[in-house]
Amino acid sequence: MNGVLEFIADHRAEVVQHTWEHIQIAAISLLLTLAVALPPALWLAHTGRGGFLAINASNIGRALPSLAIIAVVFSLPGFGLSKSTVIFALVLLGIPPVLTNAYVGVRAVDRDVVEAARGMGMRGMEILRGVELPLAAPVIMAGVRTAAVQIVATATLGALVAAGGLGVFIIDGIALQDTARLVTGALLVALLAIVIDLGFGALERAVTPTGLTVTQRGEQAARRGGARRGRGDQVLADQTRRSGAG
Amino acid sequence: MNLLAQAGSGQPFIDWSWIADHTDDMTARTVKHIIFTGIAVGLGFAISLVLSLVIVRYRWTYGPITGVAGLLYTIPSLALFGLLIPITGFTVTTAEIALVSYTLLILIRNTVAGLDGVPSDVREAAVGMGFSPLQVLVKVDLPLALPVIVAGLRVATVTTIGLVTVTALIGMENLGTFITDGLQRLFITPVLVGAVLSIALAVAADIALLGVQRLVAPWTRAPEEAR
Repeated sequence: MNGVLEFIADHRAEVVQHTWEHIQIAAISLLLTLAVALPPALWLAHTGRGGFLAINASNIGRALPSLAIIAVVFSLPGFGLSKSTVIFALVLLGIPPVLTNAYVGVRAVDRDVVEAARGMGMRGMEILRGVELPLAAPVIMAGVRTAAVQIVATATLGALVAAGGLGVFIIDGIALQDTARLVTGALLVALLAIVIDLGFGALERAVTPTGLTVTQRGEQAARRGGARRGRGDQVLADQTRRSGAG
Repeated sequence: MNLLAQAGSGQPFIDWSWIADHTDDMTARTVKHIIFTGIAVGLGFAISLVLSLVIVRYRWTYGPITGVAGLLYTIPSLALFGLLIPITGFTVTTAEIALVSYTLLILIRNTVAGLDGVPSDVREAAVGMGFSPLQVLVKVDLPLALPVIVAGLRVATVTTIGLVTVTALIGMENLGTFITDGLQRLFITPVLVGAVLSIALAVAADIALLGVQRLVAPWTRAPEEAR
């Protein structure tokens, strides 16, 4: 532990630089992921099309080893040793959980509520924005959270393709047999992943409509009373979570 | 691939003769990859089963146990290796501790969900027939929970296959070694070989375990959401 604090004190500029690079790479990747994955997922769910693809996206995504994806992108012409290699790979890894959760979340909105909205004269886009999106927000955010943690974790491997980030300390630490460097990098990456996880967890709760928490509490009470409703939903939410892998 | 080859520089995109020369390596590393995965998932399952039984018996432990497992799950693999190296060095132990800890969350959650899903009527009927608690567990609870447990094993296995690749960075030999070697020498062929083989292995394991999942529950496919 002492070695770590000493290392950070001696290499302040490096630590700041690589942390900043890490956050930058992760943020760009996450934004691109959302831009690419959310619109089609919401549209598919709203129209009820392409369910098989959207639901299985996360299954396929899980089968893609992060190091292998970075390796494949690296070997594509025009990528190689660069930031764009890791960003492109991170977007590929981030898409599945966002896509699946957004689709499942919107589809899980009570059809009666949607019918009621239609009965009140709301149109397609109005229903999506005013009814489906708010009610699906917690599930969608859960997918974003999974993707964010996954992206921050895997960005560590960016050091292998000279993209910078906190992985540099780990890779260099291994190469130089420098334990302080290695452990500093490892601690900072772990800390960053946990902070991102907690932060997006808070965001997830923040976007949960009050009405929904009240219903959930009622369901939990019912479950404690012996009924087993909603168990399947819990399992689903777990399955779409993905490891810090990287 | 033709398109990629054309877009590449003067050097051919894939060096087929290199691949032909390294088929032995490919086989050996695939086998090592499978063994590494097997040990991690096997140990992880043994630990998860014990912890799940504790949870089912003492419900209040669910939060703390899955909380710790969740924390481990969040830590990036390379970081976890880095934190373990000062203690256990560049060894198989370091790699396996990290790999096992990543399987726990998935396996515990599915095992508990599977055990919870056993209808209490069935359990009571078994008790009424004079089954001992151990008999109830082995002959009633576990068989009925099996489809959901296998679903968890499937997710854990596929995830682990991907993570084993990363252990090449701390000197373990497996399919990831092709990737790290290739990146170091900026030689694309082994990089692609490692990537393609590890993805193929993950997909093959996924399909095989899906088969097992159907086999252990011929009366019903596991519910869609548990897959």
